[in-house]
Amino acid sequence: MSHIKIKLHENQLQFIKDTCKEFNYEPGELINILHKLQDKFGYLPSEVQEVVANELKIPTAKVFGVVTFYSYFTMVPKGKYPINICLGTACYVRGAEKILDEFKKQLNIKVGESTPDSKFSLNCLRCVGACGLAPVVMIGEKTYGRVAPDDVKKILSEYQND
Amino acid sequence: METVNITINNIQLEVPKSTTILQAARMINIEIPTLCHMKLEDFCIENKPAGCRICMVDVKGRRNLVPSCVTECTEGMVIETSSPRIINARRTVLELILSDHPFECLICPKNGKCDLQSLAQELGVREIRYTGEQSTYRMDTSQAIIRNPDKCIMCRRCELMCNTVQTCGVLSAVNRGFMSVVAPAFEQNLDHSPCTYCGQCVAVCPTAALTEVDQTSKLIQALADPDKVVVVQTAPAVRVTLGEEFGMKPGTIVTGKMVTALKRLGFDYVFDTDFAADLTIMEEGTELLNRLTKYLNGDKSVNLPILTSCCPAWVNFFEKNFPDLIDIPSTAKSPQQMFGAIAKNYFAKQLNIPREKLVVVSVMPCVAKKYEAQREEFRVNNDPDVNISITTRELATLIKQTVQDFNSLPESDFDRPLGESTGAGAIFGTTGGVIEAAVRTAYELYTKKPLPKIEFEELRGMDWIRKATVDFDGLKLNIGIAHGLGNARKLLEEIQAGKSEFHAIEIMACPGGCIGGGGQPQHHGKSEIIRARQKAIYEEDRRLPLRKSHENPYITKLYEEYLGHPMSELSHELLHTEYFQKQPEIIIEND
Ligand code: SF4
Ligand code: SF4
Ligand code: SF4
Ligand code: FES
Repeated sequence: MSHIKIKLHENQLQFIKDTCKEFNYEPGELINILHKLQDKFGYLPSEVQEVVANELKIPTAKVFGVVTFYSYFTMVPKGKYPINICLGTACYVRGAEKILDEFKKQLNIKVGESTPDSKFSLNCLRCVGACGLAPVVMIGEKTYGRVAPDDVKKILSEYQND
Repeated sequence: METVNITINNIQLEVPKSTTILQAARMINIEIPTLCHMKLEDFCIENKPAGCRICMVDVKGRRNLVPSCVTECTEGMVIETSSPRIINARRTVLELILSDHPFECLICPKNGKCDLQSLAQELGVREIRYTGEQSTYRMDTSQAIIRNPDKCIMCRRCELMCNTVQTCGVLSAVNRGFMSVVAPAFEQNLDHSPCTYCGQCVAVCPTAALTEVDQTSKLIQALADPDKVVVVQTAPAVRVTLGEEFGMKPGTIVTGKMVTALKRLGFDYVFDTDFAADLTIMEEGTELLNRLTKYLNGDKSVNLPILTSCCPAWVNFFEKNFPDLIDIPSTAKSPQQMFGAIAKNYFAKQLNIPREKLVVVSVMPCVAKKYEAQREEFRVNNDPDVNISITTRELATLIKQTVQDFNSLPESDFDRPLGESTGAGAIFGTTGGVIEAAVRTAYELYTKKPLPKIEFEELRGMDWIRKATVDFDGLKLNIGIAHGLGNARKLLEEIQAGKSEFHAIEIMACPGGCIGGGGQPQHHGKSEIIRARQKAIYEEDRRLPLRKSHENPYITKLYEEYLGHPMSELSHELLHTEYFQKQPEIIIEND
């Protein structure tokens, strides 16, 4: 697994420590702590996990275990335009997987990764409740319905000049 | 004691409440196969994630089969352990596990010793009805241990050893579903993790997902090289376990056969780490007395308690976890490294050859010793004092490859000068042994009187943490002993808090000490095997004519001819070392 090494700023470090304190350094609160930190930072790089482990006095490997277990948590920063592809039943039977493959091919990244320029990140969702539009793709706040593999290139080109 | 009445396979029996079905079945010699479950009785270590489901049995009245390793017996329970339904279910479970396991048995380092392999054999699996993609991962070869996660069956035994017993916190289950595996944080290499190389994960892994770095090929090459003089040293705990690899009863002492086998393997000299253990006692014992005398003379700055330093995993542990305490342990090198230094400096000179021409091989119960031999400070001009370190298991493989029938080998004696040793050196192999050996010598040096009794029962045993007070002719010495790094942590935290009452503490990373080392023959969760090895260690001590390190004539000679006296300048240079703070740092960048 690739992960991006970042360095923490003093105030970020303080935020992590404060968060752990707020939850009383309770190892049982690990998930809530990580939740709050991801909300703040957008993702959970290794340094953040190391600090949390140190503060709660639990192995870093355990923290990492939790981060990798729940698909909600991510160790890669979201791209400027997070792409989410619905893999709910309706979308799936209408060919969402092919759309996903096309995005992977076009961007040359895997699910859960971001493009090297941090412009796009690629993720899957469970049903988003827009089954009438299946298959559904969301980029940031914008929703695309009835997407066909051939549309992918065109959709991406909308973001070309950003 | 409250009991319950149950029936297993039509046999009625009464068992204490909270007995598991598995335990109850074993009481009446009914075997139920297990895979993830492991219980080391003497150490109160139990792994029961109930993950593999191989141990399922039928309980009357329940719709689903239940895992016997975690299900407790209740009054009136009627249990069936081998109905066709169960056999079918077990097979299905095993086939599912095998469907995501590489079929490499023929060339696997665990071939013939793998729990998964023997289970497949016992259950008579001849085909796998489920096929599909197999999960694959990156291999991780560290300085001592190889992780091959493709072979991990998620029994999580290693996790228990690493987190609960050793409190090193390196290994944890990560990822989800199909890709789940046991790995260090960020799936980083072991070399970058807080791993101590204690090898306890290797000792319990049922498959080849965790193995030692194999150095047998490198060793064979060295033996075949006509330009090299190859010497070997064997650790105290190897001679009481090697026999197990050849079907002998645990606790069989095979010192003489081992020496013969090594000679036939082609080593030029077969020496003994026990000799270096005696040397360690001379240095460490003197250091203890020096610190003690200073302290008694009112110097409060002196570091007490003194901690033993012969276990490299333990050294890693305090370097990484207690960097503020690195001045407390004895500076004496481990016996492996003392031997290396003496061989390369003193013995090479006796042979009149440059040190690079001498290849020093060690046979160790240990995987951490592989790492220790590579440490920077233990080499001169990039030539390591110990060139190759192999485990008991690797030695057994070598013997099987080359030397006929081990069991019928005649006995021979170690070569001199570095093969002479005493009972004090022999007991280094068990928890409590190093400190007992040190006390035997320190007592006589301090009181200038002969020991009234040579055996210190109060220092022996298997309890995780032991305390004893030894009377040095009026001076009461408080001694602590811990094995298992989690227990060492407790004693270290006492020291940090300024609450330690000890003058000296012995620490060994492995449960039982080196007899339970990560390089020993697999114990498959049977702690009685480790107990049998301990008995053998003390037997070996009683068998030897000399039982105090300072009575070893070759040690006396070494000091007279070469080193001068314990803690001399040359001793310091060759036999002592320093420790480094290795706590992982979190990098903070200011704007
Ligand atoms: S060698 Fe010891 S410290 Fe390292 S992973 Fe295995 S159990 Fe943990
Ligand atoms: S590495 Fe070995 S001991 Fe650890 S979970 Fe996997 S199979 Fe079990
Ligand atoms: S106790 Fe012995 S076998 Fe275990 S790590 Fe220490 S030296 Fe090696
Ligand atoms: S041995 Fe009982 S569930 Fe694995």
